[in-house]
This record gives sequence, structure tokens and C-alpha cells, in this order.
Amino acid sequence: MKLFRIRGGVDVEHRKELSSEQAIRVMAPPSRLHVPLQQHAGVSADPVVAPGDRVLKGDLLAQPQGAVSAPIHAPTSGVVLEICERMAPHPSGLSVRSIELEPDGEDRWGACLPPIEDPFTADPAVITARVAEAGVVGLGGAAFPTAVKLGLGARTPIDTLVINGAECEPYLTCDDRLMREQAGEVIDGVRIIAYTLKVRDIRIAIESNKPQALEAMTRAVGAIEADHDGRIVVVAIPTRYPMGSERHLVQLITGHEIPARRLPADVGVAVHNVATARAIRHAVRLGRPLVSRVVTVSGGAVRRPMNLEVPFGTLVSDLLEACDGLAEDPPARLLAGGPMMGQPLPDREVPVIKGIGGVLALSWGEIHDGPSHPCIRCGTCVSVCPCGLVPFEMVQYVRHDRLDDAAALGVRDCVGCGSCAYACPSHIPLAQYFHYAKGRLNAEDRDRRKHELMKRLAEGRTARMEKVARAKREALAKRKAAAAAKKAAEAAKAAEAAKAPAAGDAGAA
Amino acid sequence: MTAVVSLSILGTLLGALLGVAARFLAVKVDPLEAELEALLPGAQCGQCGFAGCRQAATALAEGTAKVTLCPPGGRKTVVALAERLGVSFDTAEVEETAPRIAFIHEDRCIGCTRCIQNCTTDGIVGAPGQMHTVIQDACHGCGKCQEVCPTDCVELRPVQVTLATWHWHKPSPQVHARARSRARVRAAARAARAARAARADARAATPTAAATKVEAGGAQ
Repeated sequence: MKLFRIRGGVDVEHRKELSSEQAIRVMAPPSRLHVPLQQHAGVSADPVVAPGDRVLKGDLLAQPQGAVSAPIHAPTSGVVLEICERMAPHPSGLSVRSIELEPDGEDRWGACLPPIEDPFTADPAVITARVAEAGVVGLGGAAFPTAVKLGLGARTPIDTLVINGAECEPYLTCDDRLMREQAGEVIDGVRIIAYTLKVRDIRIAIESNKPQALEAMTRAVGAIEADHDGRIVVVAIPTRYPMGSERHLVQLITGHEIPARRLPADVGVAVHNVATARAIRHAVRLGRPLVSRVVTVSGGAVRRPMNLEVPFGTLVSDLLEACDGLAEDPPARLLAGGPMMGQPLPDREVPVIKGIGGVLALSWGEIHDGPSHPCIRCGTCVSVCPCGLVPFEMVQYVRHDRLDDAAALGVRDCVGCGSCAYACPSHIPLAQYFHYAKGRLNAEDRDRRKHELMKRLAEGRTARMEKVARAKREALAKRKAAAAAKKAAEAAKAAEAAKAPAAGDAGAA
Repeated sequence: MTAVVSLSILGTLLGALLGVAARFLAVKVDPLEAELEALLPGAQCGQCGFAGCRQAATALAEGTAKVTLCPPGGRKTVVALAERLGVSFDTAEVEETAPRIAFIHEDRCIGCTRCIQNCTTDGIVGAPGQMHTVIQDACHGCGKCQEVCPTDCVELRPVQVTLATWHWHKPSPQVHARARSRARVRAAARAARAARAARADARAATPTAAATKVEAGGAQ
């Protein structure tokens, strides 16, 4: 099938062979779990359990708050020890409210949600509600609540469903293994998504460096061809980073460029990850909430790289222990996610959450750690930028904190793929500068919004105070007028009374 | 001659028109004031010593107030005002204070409602005789409530960084130089090792007392 051209990108060493031949192994729940209440984009969940409660696997631990949120379920059976602040798997090292769970080792499922036997005759709204109830979020990394994305189908017309199996980040093999081993389940999930969104055109995009996954998925599609009325095409896309970026994948496959700061839905496309599709299938067909995911543990410092199905809340230290520990301790870098876009972990005592698809411990030999040199204006960053930006010019502005000028050049449209920093011969940390710039610009936006709110509140109060004062003045004036009128009336009465006897006297006289 | 006359007539007419227009279509408010007011926070907190932001803007436009007058505005407001007015300012006068918001120690609150009456943004809720509390989103840390509190139960606390508001710092030259510093550390370690080796060599060359003793012991 025809693929469209996208600009930029880099050819990276993919280094997937470290873990690509390791079959997915289910990790037994470790001795403790720290389950954060914020594992998704949006508002954090609100706990419904108390310390001391016994829970079974899949029981609700915390309920969603607001429209964009997701519930949290117990990753295994055990006892709730505490609800407290624990370090988040986030580069800041800040803490997040978490539920500390002590597994009982039985890993017993509780009463799950009732399975939806035939999802293809059910109401799409029922499926969306089920996906929300099961706490399914986008497993590609952004962890956006999936039900919200499924609900989009009801509002904007969507004609193409793109399933993202590109996995363009080096080292990561979790989606690759999932497609090889559980292609049938993934395809079933894809069909449920397509049914819910009422989409007939489905493209499953897989990078060409995963021939086994391509084959397994093609076979799985062939197996269901008979009872599916839409069109499912497995597309081999060129191996080039960042092919798995949602915006670029959509452009590659449909030819539509998503406008800046808009979503795929704006060009009639929905994009879901393969692991999300499987999670949706489990939620709908088996009634099982999202309590675990496949995580690639890899990197040169890991003794035995593996693909593990990990219950959420498992600490990275336990995860590394399951892979026979580290050969190089401490590693040069400990990352959550891939080496291009992954974020450094502040510590090993942080949990795996829904958005983390890989934990990498890189050795000194695998990273560049030299100093950066002055820009030689070679223009490599411009030619590799998949968003069509001019990194070397933007970085000059960011360096001098002229963020508005950087924003005028489009720093907000940077997807943070890191291609520029990867390709830079002077090793300038371009991506870090842009992360900083975007963070600062967002903070300034927040300040501006607060500033406007303050102004509105102050104006509202002033107006109210004036109204109250005016009302008081008017009431006073009215009272005064009433008093004056009364007085006048009394005076008139008195005068009349004085006149009347006089008249009477006169009459008598 | 005709050209000179016609041009002068035209000039006079247009001049007269402009003069009339200037009189009848004059802008009532100084546009500079409005612009300056827009740059100020607009919360009417009165910390500058003026009744509100409008009055402060007037004083700024007249040149009777310094651009550093607005404490809650912070450095950004000062820079914006200075840029608009084309004046320089003393950087020492502007201290970059972290944004703060009020917090009421509820155990000390007696419910006098004075803070509620003085809050310019309706940021405090409560009732007479019942304890009050601050709505964090509606507080901009002007400190007016702190001034009027009879039991000193209002505290201005720095706004906490959360996962939602945190962002990456700028890669500083020091961060760039980390690799260099590591190289330096390695070089220092190398130098130390070399020094130790040199010392050992020196010891080997001129046996110390201990070594002599061992040798002596070995000889016995």
C-alpha cells in the first residue's frame, strides 16, 4: 500500500537484539508494591481503600476524579499497608500519593467485571464505559485515558484507525514480543476499538525491522478475515526514528499532516498502541482491569535483559533483581522508556506505572558523555527535525532565555524526539534545552491564566462592593426621603390640626 | 505661482481639518496608563501604596513612581514596565521572590472575618465565629490578610512544586562541564595513583625502617 513521505528522522542503532528473543515472562509479585494514584494523564485517582484492608487482584483501589482520569486496581492480592507519599518514577524525584500494598503471594483474582460475551453486538457506549472502568490508558507512553479517546468517535467522524506497533525507540521490544506471542489477542482488541469507533479502515503499522511480528500479525489478520467486514491491513513501515510518533505515523500512512497543537482526531484518524488494544480486549472479553503490562528491561548494564509482564507498583530495584541484577553498578544511566525520549529515574526505589514500557540501565560504553562544543551551523539538526523546525536557531534564543522568540520559531511544536541532539556533531544537548523552554513557556501560560483569574476576581469584587455601596446609599436616601415625607406629612397634619380648631373656633365664634 | 497657491491652500485646509479633528476626536484617557495597567497584576492589593492598579499606573505614567513598585508582580512585571517606559531599573531593588500563597492555621483562627473583608480576590471562605480557609487557586499572595489578622494565624507559604508544574532546568554550563569535571576527577585519580606508585617506588628504592625490620626478621 502507498506510504506518504515524511521529513527528517535519524537512523539509530536499534540494539533490540539484547531482548528481542526473550519471550515474555510473567513476573511474580514482589514482596512490596507502591501503587501511585497518578499513573495517567489527567487528575489523580481518589483512594477507596483504607490501611489494613484485604484486597484481591483486580479490586478497585482508587476511583477516578473528573472527566480525564482513570481508576487504579489492585495489581495482586494482599493487604493495604499505608496510603502515603512515595517517590514518583519521574526525573524530578518528587513524591506522589501511593498505596503501599503487601502481596500475600497467592495472586488471586477477585470478582471481576462481568465479561461482555459478544462485544460486536453491544452498544459502543457500553464498551467505552467498560474500558473506563477497567482503568485502561494509552500504553504507548503518554498514558492518556483510552475511554476518552474512544468517546471521541461519537463526536467527530473518524475514518481511519491506525494501530501503532512501530516501536521505533532503540532497545524496547515489549510491543514486538506482544505482537509475536499474542497477535490474536491484539487483533481482537483492534477489532473492538474499530467497532466502538465505527471505523472500517484499519492499518496496523509495524517497523520493517520486526519481520516476525509482521508475519504473526499478518497471519492473525488472515485468520479473522472471514468474519470481519472492514479492512485490516498490516503495513510494514520504514525503520527510521521517530516513525512511532503519532503525528508522523498518521502523516506517513494517511498523508494528512496534523495541524500544530491539534490531535489526530482533527484529521479523522484515531491512533492506539498495540498493548492498549490487548488491554482493551482483556477489559471487554474477560472483564479484567489493567493491572500489569509488558516491560522491557534492557541495556548494557543489565545482566539478563528480559521482557517481563510486571504488576504495576513493582519497584525498579525488584525488577532489576528479577533480571539477575546489574553487571555495571551503578549504571551510567537508569531510564524509564527508551534511550531517545526516556526520562532518567531519580532512584531505584520507584514503581513501574502504566506509562512505562521499558526500564534501561545503560553502561558507560553506551552513552555519549563528552562535553558539548560550540555550534558550527552545519544544519544537520534542521535536516533531521521531523517537525520541520530550526533547532540551532531556537537553541540560541533559549540559551539567552528569549523564550518568546523561541516560541515564535515553533519551539512549542517540538515533539521532543531528540533526533537533533542525536545527530548534532557538537553534542549540544538540544533536546534538553527545548524541554526546558517548553516547561518554562507552560509555566508562564499558567501564570498568565492565574493573573487573568485574579484580575477577574478582583474586578468582580470591586463591582460587587460598588453595588452594595450604591444599594446602601439608595436605601439611605429612600429612608431619608421617607422620613422627610413623614415629617412633612406630620407637619401638615399638625398645621391642619392647628388650623381646624382655629376654624372650629371661628365657626363657634 | 499657481502651484504654490494651490499647495498652500491645500496645506491650510488640511491643517485646519487636523486641528478640528484633534479637538473633537481627542482620546480622553492617556493610552499609556491603560497599557501600564494591563501590565500590572490587577488584583488591587494596594501593596504599592496606591489604592489600586489604576492609580499605580497613573503614577507610573506621570513618572512619580518607580517601576519596582509592585511586589507581587515580581521581576517579570518590573522588566515589562521598564521596557514599556524605556527606563532602567536597579536590579538590586528587585528581589526574585518565589510565588507564595496564604495558609490559615485553623487552630488559631477565631473567625473574625477581617481577612475575608480585606481579601481583594474573594480568596478566603468562612463565617463569623467559624474558622476560615484559603482557596488556593484564588490566592495570589498579596499578604493583606496577614496584616489584619488579630491572632497572627495567616502564614504565607511558598507554592510547592508538583509533578504537574515541575519542568526541566536549563542545561547550565556546569551541567555541560560535568563530563569535563568527570575527566578532571579521573585525571586527579590518575595523578594520585601515579603519586602513590612513585612513593612506593621511592620506598622500594630506599627501604624504610619497617621494611628493614621485616628483612631483618626474615634474615633471622
